Amino acid sequence: MTTREMTYVKAFNEGMHQAMAEDPDVFLIGEDVAGYGGVFHMFDGLLDAYGDKRVKDTPIAEQAIIGLGVGAAARGLRPVCDLMFMDFVGVAMDQIFNQAAKMKYMFGGAVSVPLTITTAGGAGMSAAAQHSQSLEAWLAHVPGLKVALPATPYDAKGLIVGAIRDDNPTIVVLQKKMLGVKGPVPEEIYAVPFGEATISREGTDATIIAIARMLPEALKAAEKLAADGISVEVIDPRTVQPLDTETIVTSVRKTNRALIVHEAVQFGGIGAEIAAQIQEEAFDYLDAPVARLAAPFAPVPYAPVLENAYVPDAARIEQSVRRMLERN
Amino acid sequence: MATPTEAEVTPATRELVLDLHRRMVRIRRFEESSGKLVETGEMPGFLHLYVGQEAVASGVMSVLTDADQITSTHRGHGHAIAKGAEFRPMFAELYAKTTGYCKGRGGSMHIVDMNRGMLGANAIVGGGIPIAIGAGFASQYRGDGTVAVSFFGDGATNIGAFHESVNMAAVWDLPVIFVIENNGYAEFTSQERHMKLTDIAERASSYGIPGVIVDGMDALAVRQVALEAVDRAKRGEGPTLIEAKTYRFFDHQGIKGMRIPYRDPAEVEAWKSRDAIRLIEAIGVERGLASAEEFERIWAEVEDEINDGIEFARNSPDPDPADILDDVYTV
Repeated sequence: MTTREMTYVKAFNEGMHQAMAEDPDVFLIGEDVAGYGGVFHMFDGLLDAYGDKRVKDTPIAEQAIIGLGVGAAARGLRPVCDLMFMDFVGVAMDQIFNQAAKMKYMFGGAVSVPLTITTAGGAGMSAAAQHSQSLEAWLAHVPGLKVALPATPYDAKGLIVGAIRDDNPTIVVLQKKMLGVKGPVPEEIYAVPFGEATISREGTDATIIAIARMLPEALKAAEKLAADGISVEVIDPRTVQPLDTETIVTSVRKTNRALIVHEAVQFGGIGAEIAAQIQEEAFDYLDAPVARLAAPFAPVPYAPVLENAYVPDAARIEQSVRRMLERN
Repeated sequence: MATPTEAEVTPATRELVLDLHRRMVRIRRFEESSGKLVETGEMPGFLHLYVGQEAVASGVMSVLTDADQITSTHRGHGHAIAKGAEFRPMFAELYAKTTGYCKGRGGSMHIVDMNRGMLGANAIVGGGIPIAIGAGFASQYRGDGTVAVSFFGDGATNIGAFHESVNMAAVWDLPVIFVIENNGYAEFTSQERHMKLTDIAERASSYGIPGVIVDGMDALAVRQVALEAVDRAKRGEGPTLIEAKTYRFFDHQGIKGMRIPYRDPAEVEAWKSRDAIRLIEAIGVERGLASAEEFERIWAEVEDEINDGIEFARNSPDPDPADILDDVYTV
């Protein structure tokens, strides 16, 4: 297995190329995905490699983009439908949560919908309230959907391949702020399984469950804390639906403390679900209340100074862990 | 059933008249029987009955094969039946039994029959339209010569998904036929109160595709325009928008009278006097294609099929709550 360093967006792009090469039923549609290669260059080179039958620019029509994918998937194709910015999920929501998610169940198992939706989420680019959201909790709340949030180049490739091979509707949320982050990526095609968390750093004093872009921030915080002799375990769930509760609970039973970090707003965020599950499964092991660090209950602001205050970072993660450890 | 490859004004043959008649009578009797069974409380849920509109589904479906795909609506029993769905699993679904089309998971508004190209009824108004263009995209992608037909009402042409889907199908020349069943009402709101247009087919011009108006009470006329639209789609020339002017004889929901006086009784009676089933019986007898006795025999045969379907549903097992998580995901 040859592994080399490559960026998050290049790794994703390689996964797309290999998944399309592997299966002629895979096609890609979306706004500016063909000629332009996607606004983040996620889809560079696909039009040249696979032609305009399999890689198509659409009108600006999110409901039709996703609905076309649902109908084609029900007929056995494997569509990849791009929604550019995660905020646009709202425009296509009926097709995502009333149609794609429910067809299998409400039709008594008669239909499978192997649809992959790709999109880009997260703040940090002064893109303001309609181009910066993290809405994974919305999607994870709907039975029938699967939601992946790759936080490393390795997972950006492995999760898009896993999503395309999956027979269910999946949403892969790329992190805009991580597109240029580099990491090791194997050359050959591989799939990251949905519902398997990664222990990104082992530790004994506290567990940080870090969603998406909060992973590198949590790892930075863990490094700082280690200098003071505080040993932190960092877990990246990688998918929030399904959620690998077992890995999280096992860790918390060992460290006795848990902090959940995400950049979506705290109220009703995925951290609330993780906290509830930890208390159900590991209550007797806890030395402190399960803590959450997330965005305040406001739309994402434009001003850099406000946006920096909005999104959690390594310094605040470090502070939260220290506060949790002070309590005994 | 062979699909003609060239549109021609089809002569009303004996076989055709009897075929369309049987499709319509099957719908009519299924709907009337189901309405009564819900009213007496024997079946759960609620029903949006297709009675009055039978000529639309029957006329269109008579030119499709099982390989052609359709999407349907909350008022979807007629589409399923006209596409060939069986009464046993249909009644069983309405009775919420495991032997139903959806194993009791979907009910009236979600009848599906993948073996017959029935991609599912849909309880979101207009929700099936984007799905139909996906089915048509799959036909084009595979080059398999099939088409997709989306049925929806006048009300659904006001939602954004209609606009997005017809435009995309037009731009990509997808083999899709959009069938508006204009029964004059979006639930309880009349057409003149929900749009400025009288003829919704005019909307086709804004997508650069043909818009065709047809008498939705005349199954032979509906069949003819469907035939032309299917041929056009198969030639790679893209979608057609068909507006079938029709009427529902019952209320928006159920078989009881109107809960609010939103329709003029004279209007209802005028449409009932143009009943699609009586119309085709008259054509058959006048032209010497079939006798009144033959039509009577179809009514009687359908009655036996209804009774068999209800009996089957009554005797079928309930779902087991232990299986409640089955089929949320494909594993």
